[in-house]
Amino acid sequence: MATTPSTRSGRSPGRIAFDRLKRDPAALFGASIVAVFVAVALGAPLLTALSGWDVQTFDKSAIDRSLGGVPYGDLGGIGAEHWLGVEPGTGRDVFARIVYGARVSLLISVAATAVTVVAGTVIGLVAGYVGGRTDTILCRVMDLVMSFPSLIFMLALLSVAPDANRVLLLIAIMSMFSWPYVGRIVRGQALSLKHQEFVDAARVGGGRAAHILFKEMLPNITGPILVYTTLAIPANIGTEAALSFLGVGVRPPTPSWGQMLDDSLKWYQVVPSYFIVPSVCLFLTVLAFTLLGDALRDALDPRGTNA
Amino acid sequence: MILYLGKRVLAVAGVLLVICAVTFTIFYVLPTDPAVHACGKTCSSEQIALVRQEMGLDRPIHEQFAAYVSGIAAGRDGCAFPCFGYSYQNSLPVWDLLTDRMAVSVSLALGAALLWLTVGVLIGVASALRKGSALDRTLMAGTLASASVPVYFTAMILLLVLVQYLEFLPYPDYRPLTEDPVGWATNLLLPWVTLASLYAAMYARQTRSSMIETMGQPYIRTARAKGLHERTVVTKHGMRSALTPIVTIFGMDLGGLLAGAVITEHVFGLPGIGQLTYDAIFKADQPVMLGVTLLAAFFITVANLVVDLVYAGIDPRVRYA
Amino acid sequence: MTALLQVTDLRVTFAAGTAVDGVSFTAHQGRTLGIVGESGSGKSVSSLAVMGLHRNAIVEGSIVFDGEELVGASPSRLRALRGSRMSMIFQDPLSSLHPYYTVGEQIAEGYRLHAKASRRAARERAVEMLADVGIPSPRARVADYPHQFSGGMRQRVMIAMALVCEPDLLIADEPTTALDVTIQAQILELIKKIQEERGVAVIMITHDLGVVARVADEVMVMYGGAPVEHAPARQVFKTPGHPYTRGLLDSIPRHDLGGGGPLQAIPGSPPSLLTPPQGCRFHPRCPIYARASAEICATERPAFIAGLACHYPGAAT
Repeated sequence: MATTPSTRSGRSPGRIAFDRLKRDPAALFGASIVAVFVAVALGAPLLTALSGWDVQTFDKSAIDRSLGGVPYGDLGGIGAEHWLGVEPGTGRDVFARIVYGARVSLLISVAATAVTVVAGTVIGLVAGYVGGRTDTILCRVMDLVMSFPSLIFMLALLSVAPDANRVLLLIAIMSMFSWPYVGRIVRGQALSLKHQEFVDAARVGGGRAAHILFKEMLPNITGPILVYTTLAIPANIGTEAALSFLGVGVRPPTPSWGQMLDDSLKWYQVVPSYFIVPSVCLFLTVLAFTLLGDALRDALDPRGTNA
Repeated sequence: MILYLGKRVLAVAGVLLVICAVTFTIFYVLPTDPAVHACGKTCSSEQIALVRQEMGLDRPIHEQFAAYVSGIAAGRDGCAFPCFGYSYQNSLPVWDLLTDRMAVSVSLALGAALLWLTVGVLIGVASALRKGSALDRTLMAGTLASASVPVYFTAMILLLVLVQYLEFLPYPDYRPLTEDPVGWATNLLLPWVTLASLYAAMYARQTRSSMIETMGQPYIRTARAKGLHERTVVTKHGMRSALTPIVTIFGMDLGGLLAGAVITEHVFGLPGIGQLTYDAIFKADQPVMLGVTLLAAFFITVANLVVDLVYAGIDPRVRYA
Repeated sequence: MTALLQVTDLRVTFAAGTAVDGVSFTAHQGRTLGIVGESGSGKSVSSLAVMGLHRNAIVEGSIVFDGEELVGASPSRLRALRGSRMSMIFQDPLSSLHPYYTVGEQIAEGYRLHAKASRRAARERAVEMLADVGIPSPRARVADYPHQFSGGMRQRVMIAMALVCEPDLLIADEPTTALDVTIQAQILELIKKIQEERGVAVIMITHDLGVVARVADEVMVMYGGAPVEHAPARQVFKTPGHPYTRGLLDSIPRHDLGGGGPLQAIPGSPPSLLTPPQGCRFHPRCPIYARASAEICATERPAFIAGLACHYPGAAT
């Protein structure tokens, strides 16, 4: 039997997926880590107030200036005063920089993903629904953008771009190279939905194109889009870190994990904690979003193995 | 087949031309004056004017673009400004900088690729064939974690433990393969492992899902119904189809890395194209950035072409389409 | 007449539940057994069990092929029989053929393995087989790929592949379902012709009584993982004993069988493997139960006696 888009009887597909997610330990683990990081990012000022150190204060007493700024203490200055140690050379509080770095990381990656998904969805829907020449042209453009060496191009663009609003710039440039991936998925889905009865019915009933696209078709492809979104966020977190690491991300003094990692390269032999802390944060966020995305994909799979 | 090949080559040429145009726009039409970048911030306005003239920036844009494209086609010696260009910061033509460092990036990419392809495919196939077993779950948890570990961490922790604490390996210092093959391999081992640990994890996951899907195909049942040994069923009938999508991503990944693994090369201090890129960003060395970008585009599009050809070799349905 | 294949009390259990329980049948040289049922009735599961092709299932009961017990036989023994003495053709010839190998390679593969033939001899054999199944200019087409053939031609290739080692038993699992109606008849004729020429035993699995009417000598009707009726084909069509068989006959247009009444669909849907109904598995859809609402139908599973599993034998006709 063909799956009908909106079955009245029984649980809705979304409800089934949600129920499956609630029983999936990997999904719960991922979701809780994501929740912690979101809370940390949102509550950054509160957390630094609690810890007593803000992002920019240089704690000269925490570093040994005679040794070039190596933090006092065994673990890069980790202790009651500086929870995650201090930045070698300057003595800035690592906890504060991690917490504010989470803000930058999440803000940029989530916003870039949002722009990517919205642009990709609209373009994919139009390409799939309108078809013909519009579809051909849009597909060509998508193929072209996907054949760009994206990291190098981002580096090139970011290195020549004027230094206005770095965050907006990063969001724009990161989404510029990823929307075709969503576009492709949505176009494929739109093509297969286009000739289903309920769309025909809406068309025959005199529905406007915008209504058919966004009210009739879009609700039926939210599943794949949602999965892509969840899996695109960790990819974007990684990209943002890489760009910051390579010196074209957000500008200091705005803290970011990638920047910290770049800086830690000078110190990894003496102060290993300085690269381990941001690495672990990156690892956990990327892992958490990936777990969530994978679980979501399995949960939305109608052939679900654990139905 | 010839027709298909011709069409693909034309398409690649078209893509490269468009990428050239976009790159050109980024570097020469945007409000940032390349002459200022090339000359440096301390230059006087007369000096800048001179550089502008030398770089051909006073000519109309379409002329500049034509000169730029023909310059690339002509290669190192056949071009006037603004083509592959001259790095003011390094006082060397970009072409020479790229060719000097090519060997490092190619060594890094090929070695790592060999490693991750072998390990990734083996893990993926083993996992798929024992789907749901303890082995499968362990391997998949491992690859999920491994795929989430940032390369910086892998690189630095390997350096810290294997080089600094255990003194098991020397600090990576590139040796040309032709002069010192053993040194070449030992010095590249850590960068290879760093890159491969990330990619192998992704390939294992990809291979697993592709293999599971293939082994569920009716033609696998047909092969079993013929009385073939399971080994033959898996290798001849299963893997041949399951690895087809792997070819695609492998081509793209390898193509991307040939033009430099920026982060890995930077962390390990390997003097490849990636390190050149890093330095160029740092010093705002635009002619080098441009050269690197085009090189990367070239590798990716050519890798795409190769993938299509390999695909046609594997899948007769593409060949006869 | 000795049976080539004797299946007794077959039971196949998957992780999700028991798909087949209490299936017995025999197949004879030169004769065709039709196994009929809806999807999920267990007809394919039974035949895959005969071939030893279940990988994640427990197979119990007895399958005796030419005097040899196959339940519990070693994998290598089963491999030696598969493709050489018994072979199978499947529903969808396109997806059942490997897209990357030429039809010649795919036909020759089994022959090289079982007959220990050289590459060249196997290729000659493949050309011969293609000619036998009626593919025009076989010598040229042997090097073609499955996607270059039409649906009917692909199924001929599948048949050639199955027959390459001269098997004694041929299991055809819905061989015509994926084909156009006109092609269906050709394929059935081909299978019939092969059977007459080579004297193989054929098990024809189908949901289509029309197919069975054309080729089968005897018919076993399956419902919910077990046989409900088993009788000579003529008898099944003339005087169906089980209300389910009756329902199947009423739901197809049958000018040739002299029905002529209005078409009747069987209400409801096939039972779930996970939660089969209590009592007779057919009772929720059974017109006798609906009419008489006999309690026994809902509580007790009818025994399979004299080719029929029904508490009210005879009521269907």
